[in-house]
Amino acid sequence: MIRVAMPMTQPAPTLVSLQGISKVFSNGVTALAGFDLDVFTGEFVSLLGPSGCGKSTVLRLVAGLTEPTQGRVAWAGMRRDDHRHEIGFVFQDPTLMPWANVADNVWLPLRLRGMSRRDARDRIAESLALVGLSDFAKAYPRELSGGMRMRVSIARALSLKPRLLLMDEPFAALDEITRFRLNDDLLRLQGDLRCTIVFVTHSVYESAYLSSRVAVMSARPGRVVAEIDGEPSGPRAKDFRTSTRYVQLCARISQVLLDQTSEERL
Amino acid sequence: MAPGRRQGTPLRVVLPLAIFAAAIAAWEAVVRLKGIPPYILPAPSLIARTMAADWPLLQSSLLTTLGTTLAGLALAVIGGVGLAVLLSLSRIVEYSLYPFAVVLQVTPVIAIAPLLLIYMPQDVAVLACAWLVAFFPVLSNTMLGLQSVDRNLMELFQLYGAPASHSPLARLGARLKALWYLRRPAALPAFLAGLRIAGGLSLIGAVVAEMAAGSAGAGSGLAYRIIESQYRLNIPRLFAALVLLAATGIGLFLALAALNHVLLRHWHESAAPRDP
Repeated sequence: MIRVAMPMTQPAPTLVSLQGISKVFSNGVTALAGFDLDVFTGEFVSLLGPSGCGKSTVLRLVAGLTEPTQGRVAWAGMRRDDHRHEIGFVFQDPTLMPWANVADNVWLPLRLRGMSRRDARDRIAESLALVGLSDFAKAYPRELSGGMRMRVSIARALSLKPRLLLMDEPFAALDEITRFRLNDDLLRLQGDLRCTIVFVTHSVYESAYLSSRVAVMSARPGRVVAEIDGEPSGPRAKDFRTSTRYVQLCARISQVLLDQTSEERL
Repeated sequence: MAPGRRQGTPLRVVLPLAIFAAAIAAWEAVVRLKGIPPYILPAPSLIARTMAADWPLLQSSLLTTLGTTLAGLALAVIGGVGLAVLLSLSRIVEYSLYPFAVVLQVTPVIAIAPLLLIYMPQDVAVLACAWLVAFFPVLSNTMLGLQSVDRNLMELFQLYGAPASHSPLARLGARLKALWYLRRPAALPAFLAGLRIAGGLSLIGAVVAEMAAGSAGAGSGLAYRIIESQYRLNIPRLFAALVLLAATGIGLFLALAALNHVLLRHWHESAAPRDP
């Protein structure tokens, strides 16, 4: 395993730990085999791998949307099984309700938890302010740009104040300029909210920019083949995207991916 | 967005009206110049005079047909939406009932009308006919709509909303919640499309049943007036009844289109203003 950056000064406590997980779908496809990953409190861990390697399945397992065929998802230091209230989920598509305005979309998780619109008002305003959309509470999704829709989707995920944010290629469909801006916003958000983020991506550059740790996955059946430490969580310096440090990180991660694919060909 | 639409609006109203007026004028001219007798083809002016002269009679017929149509449509909405919701809640119910709804639909209703007239009182049979033809578009469109919720939204729902318990009652509760929060709004555009089809069909069903009933000797709807006028060779009145039927259809269509616009204008592409 390759360690590029200095490890964190003190080990953060584990938040959730995936142990020896296999997942076989009902159609017989093995998505994951022998998948191990510890997610530490406060980190930004990216799952990087080719399409179809089971990255999304990992997120769905953590969220409890699907059960592992083998192995277990262990939450540290908590007895209860239901962790759904601690999780925010952001899909690749914004998946907003087109018939509801921005504020009502953000309200959905709270509403499903039984919170009235009046009680949720402050939380909605707070979430929208976090993503810079306070002025668009009354707008409908079709009136927003792709980047703004994704912001609404993130605000919705944040409305329950999750300890863990699961993001499934959230910026993959956006243009690069918008993506860069949202990358920075996301890092700032994480600094403000002190939440843990598990981020699925197939972009080497995005993972290098965002992550405090990159877990590189093999092709199907997926498992973690290498872990690379990146910059610690929090906002990046203004020139980070042009720094040698960033270029080295990208090169390092690309090399691991290349080694991985050539190994698979043999 | 909106200004572009407004710009085209005067032309979109004025052009068809101008063509309509021109066609009426040409009709009037041809009848007068060629001296066509009114029992072959009455002039528009004569039809208008007949409409005014026979108005008490025609009005009551209009109200009868309109009442049947609206009642048939209302029952179709209640039945169609109710059944669609039931079918969406349970696969077993769906598998066992849906084929019968299809059979009802594919059987030409005009063939059922005489039977209905034997089994039921006249007015009920006519209403049943209107209901039968209007029912299926509401059912099938609403079902399609209820199933068209974004899969990811359903997952979000599962993540945030579904109860942890797996008892059948809790599952039904979760389904009802998903029905209200997600499926109901998602189904609205498809339901409204079905409603617009059903509105026209309900009128057709009422007319068909009135014609079948009319030949049996009773009834007072517009379709019955048409049959009666035909027997008596009162062609101007026949045309007047026809005009009222067409107006009823147009009114129904416009009302349902307006409803569609009011309910969907904020969020659905079909009702949103578009650039020219």
